[in-house]
Amino acid sequence: MSMAKGNPDTLTADGCKTEGALPASATRNACKLCTPLGAAMVFKGIRGCLPFLHGSQGCATYIRRYMISHFREPVDIASSSFSEDDAIFGGARNFAQGVDNVIRQYEPELIGVATTCLSETIGDNMLGMIKEYQDKHNGDGPPLVHVSTPAYTGTHSDGYYSAIRELVKAFVKPTRITQPRMVNILPAMMSCADLRHLREICAMYEMDATILPDYSSTLEGSSWDCYHKISPGGTSIEDVAEMGSAAASIEIGHTQAGDKNSAASWLEREHGVRRDALGWPLGIRLSDQFFAAMAAISDRPMPEQLADERGRLVDAYVDAHKYVSGKRAAIFGEPDMVVALAAFMSEIGVRPVICATGAKVKKWKELLASEIEGGTADIEILSDSDHAKLAAAARELKPDIILGSSKGYPLARELKIPLVRIGFPIHDRIGAQRMLSVGYRGTMELFDRVANALLEGKQDFSETGYSYL
Amino acid sequence: MNSVNTPSSIRVLDDRTAQVWEKGSGKEFVCDKKSAAGSVTQRACAFCGSRVVLYPIADALHIVHGPIGCAVYNWDIRGSLSSGSQLNRNSFSTDLAEKEVIFGGEKKLKASLIELINFYKPKAAFVYSTCIVGLIGDDVEAVCKQVTKETGIQCIQVDSPGFKGTKKSGYQAACEAAYKLVGTGDTSNISKYSINLLGEFNIAGEAWMIRQYFEKIGIEVVSTITGDGRVDDLRRCHGAKLNLVQCSGSMTHLSKLLKDDYDIPMERVSFFGFEDTARAIYTAAEHFGDPELMRRAEELVREEISKYAPKLKQYKKRLKGKKAALYVGGAFKAFSLVLALRALGMKTVLAGTQTGSAEDYEQLKEICDPGTVIVDDSNPLELAKFVLEKDVDLFIGGVKERPIAFKLGVAFCDHNHERKIPLAGFEGMVHFAEEVANSACSPIWQFAPRRQAKALRLPEAEATTPLAREEGGAA
Repeated sequence: MSMAKGNPDTLTADGCKTEGALPASATRNACKLCTPLGAAMVFKGIRGCLPFLHGSQGCATYIRRYMISHFREPVDIASSSFSEDDAIFGGARNFAQGVDNVIRQYEPELIGVATTCLSETIGDNMLGMIKEYQDKHNGDGPPLVHVSTPAYTGTHSDGYYSAIRELVKAFVKPTRITQPRMVNILPAMMSCADLRHLREICAMYEMDATILPDYSSTLEGSSWDCYHKISPGGTSIEDVAEMGSAAASIEIGHTQAGDKNSAASWLEREHGVRRDALGWPLGIRLSDQFFAAMAAISDRPMPEQLADERGRLVDAYVDAHKYVSGKRAAIFGEPDMVVALAAFMSEIGVRPVICATGAKVKKWKELLASEIEGGTADIEILSDSDHAKLAAAARELKPDIILGSSKGYPLARELKIPLVRIGFPIHDRIGAQRMLSVGYRGTMELFDRVANALLEGKQDFSETGYSYL
Repeated sequence: MNSVNTPSSIRVLDDRTAQVWEKGSGKEFVCDKKSAAGSVTQRACAFCGSRVVLYPIADALHIVHGPIGCAVYNWDIRGSLSSGSQLNRNSFSTDLAEKEVIFGGEKKLKASLIELINFYKPKAAFVYSTCIVGLIGDDVEAVCKQVTKETGIQCIQVDSPGFKGTKKSGYQAACEAAYKLVGTGDTSNISKYSINLLGEFNIAGEAWMIRQYFEKIGIEVVSTITGDGRVDDLRRCHGAKLNLVQCSGSMTHLSKLLKDDYDIPMERVSFFGFEDTARAIYTAAEHFGDPELMRRAEELVREEISKYAPKLKQYKKRLKGKKAALYVGGAFKAFSLVLALRALGMKTVLAGTQTGSAEDYEQLKEICDPGTVIVDDSNPLELAKFVLEKDVDLFIGGVKERPIAFKLGVAFCDHNHERKIPLAGFEGMVHFAEEVANSACSPIWQFAPRRQAKALRLPEAEATTPLAREEGGAA
């Protein structure tokens, strides 16, 4: 059977090349996911927590499906399964029934409630409904925490950060004690391996870390000898409650830095926990900043092991610089990851000629400019972008490599350039959970992947078929 | 702790006990109801139902009118192949923002449609209404009419807000939408021996294999409707003399419309497994009552079976006696799977579906062995319970069921619309056997903790049981 060749976004129904003005009103192949997904991801990182979406059941099923295809782990998300009546008269009855059923089946330690477009729009009073439920049950049963996540405002990363903020606000207890060996880490939407490495780094600095969220074992667990209703692992509510006594919070993500409403800003304001706002520790410069902050908080010098890793990373940069320097990259994904990747590309001599995100980010240009050496005049900086816009820019600017999720594959295939998979979702490869990219060690793994992808590309398209490069 | 070592410590929700049935129990069985809130159903919503059914109409524009989530989770996830246009593989959305939710999204929808139609030149456009659109009351129908007038391309509303009924209501909305195209094309040169295939989604090219069978014996396939679907084929499908309905859950409504308005009879068929594929071909041939057609059908079946049956033997030897659990979309598929597994020497101990009808389940009950559990609209915990209870060797389902099996050291075969391997027809049966055998007979299961504890008779295997029971009692 003959199939029309090319990226589907460039072909008419007859398989001809499209022409004329690019459609601007519609979103074509979105470069973002919806806010409840981000919230569900955070709830999956809390011990004994069952995520619950208040709205139609399709949202929960879709998000489950999407997360399962990335993490390849059980992802149970409940829903209040709205019907037409509930959409008209409100979802209170379904909510109460739903919570009852969840408690009966799962015996959760916490229920994380995120509202969908539907329940947000009909104006269900979530806090009132939660209170009513709890009053009726005399406060028995697990606590419920609510995060507002209408998908028509923001993207999955907004849902992610909002859920962290609501958890902190709901559970952190007032305290006068400061525990100098305790640190809070508020990470961005990273891989399980990244979260594990952050914990390991904290231990190297002899610090006890509360990582919120920590889905490193709930979304990448071992094989089971018995069935777990809720995957073991995650940050406990007790640990969240203690976050007010930590020596400091490290909040990761450039977009969070300027946000006075962020979780760590709130902790600083309400509980006097110092906040360090940092980018993803990816690449040498951003990792250096992270480790400097860890050193300051812990009052410990950089552990020898990390210093060694840094040394080896510099050595790796040197060994491979000729294969990468002068190359051009297209980067897409969540805003904070894109900024960090742009910084990393920039420091290894790869020009990040396209930096795209589906989110609408305040001061997106400035954020990127702060991490890209040599100005951004020649760089296509796209916010509120979809994959069709990203692809149009890439056809123009001809990058040598793409960094982003699996969704970049059609473009990579069209342009015959490698795609280095990073971010979410990765559903056409095994091991998304295990891809490490933070710290010196993670940077080294990512760097090798980038350099090798370029080498492999060179080899694949060489007529000679060199076996020694 | 939240762990479960005995199946009895997972309780079926009171709301759902009538949807679980065991052959031989004599109990009443209930289906066709909306999912209980908080039950963590494996079902999606009405929007999803409509989107998945119409997705394979490849030369139509599919635009999701609503906030971004609904569109994005559907982007090119199906394994349905197209022999030409790839337009359906895009994810188009009006991506409504707060301001449109407040002031209405009609303007944005109209602008989006006109731009997309000018750019992609589709043969028709489907506009899917999501929850929000159902709620804010955008007049999608009016926008469709206007754009149809302005562009000359037929724009069709798919009335499928997620909350509107179940996934099945979405199937119905899809049929209504597709039916708007029917009856508008030229049928003058359609053969007297002609069929439509309904509810065959051309996963990994299955519809192409099936189409060949019919063409070989002299039956014209007018339209595969939604498998490698084309707008023009739909326009003339009312000229066919018989409808063969494979996925009855999604397509019965359309075939009923064709029966009522054009008097086209329908037959339910399945192309899964030797037995059902042969029966489907014979059913069509018999319908036309031409002995020559029947002779050619018998010849085709004989040829195909003699080609593929020997290949099945080796798999059968390895799979004999193994126990399988099924959880699939529609019950008709489950029915075929039970027979196909039986042909491989396997026994089905759990047969469940998301959206089976009472009629479907009656058939399913009949063909299942005593002791088999039949379940409607199940959820991960129940499925895990049955896997443990029945100690199954293989689970057949979709992406959402896969981790349940894998975590418990149970083999898995993907049988939903995302798979990329053709399992239909005679040749497909060999692929099916191969996939099942490769998973069920993989040496890796020996390392699965659950299997290992049992094989080695580790003391923990027994020791944890009373504790788990205690927890179950406290639940």
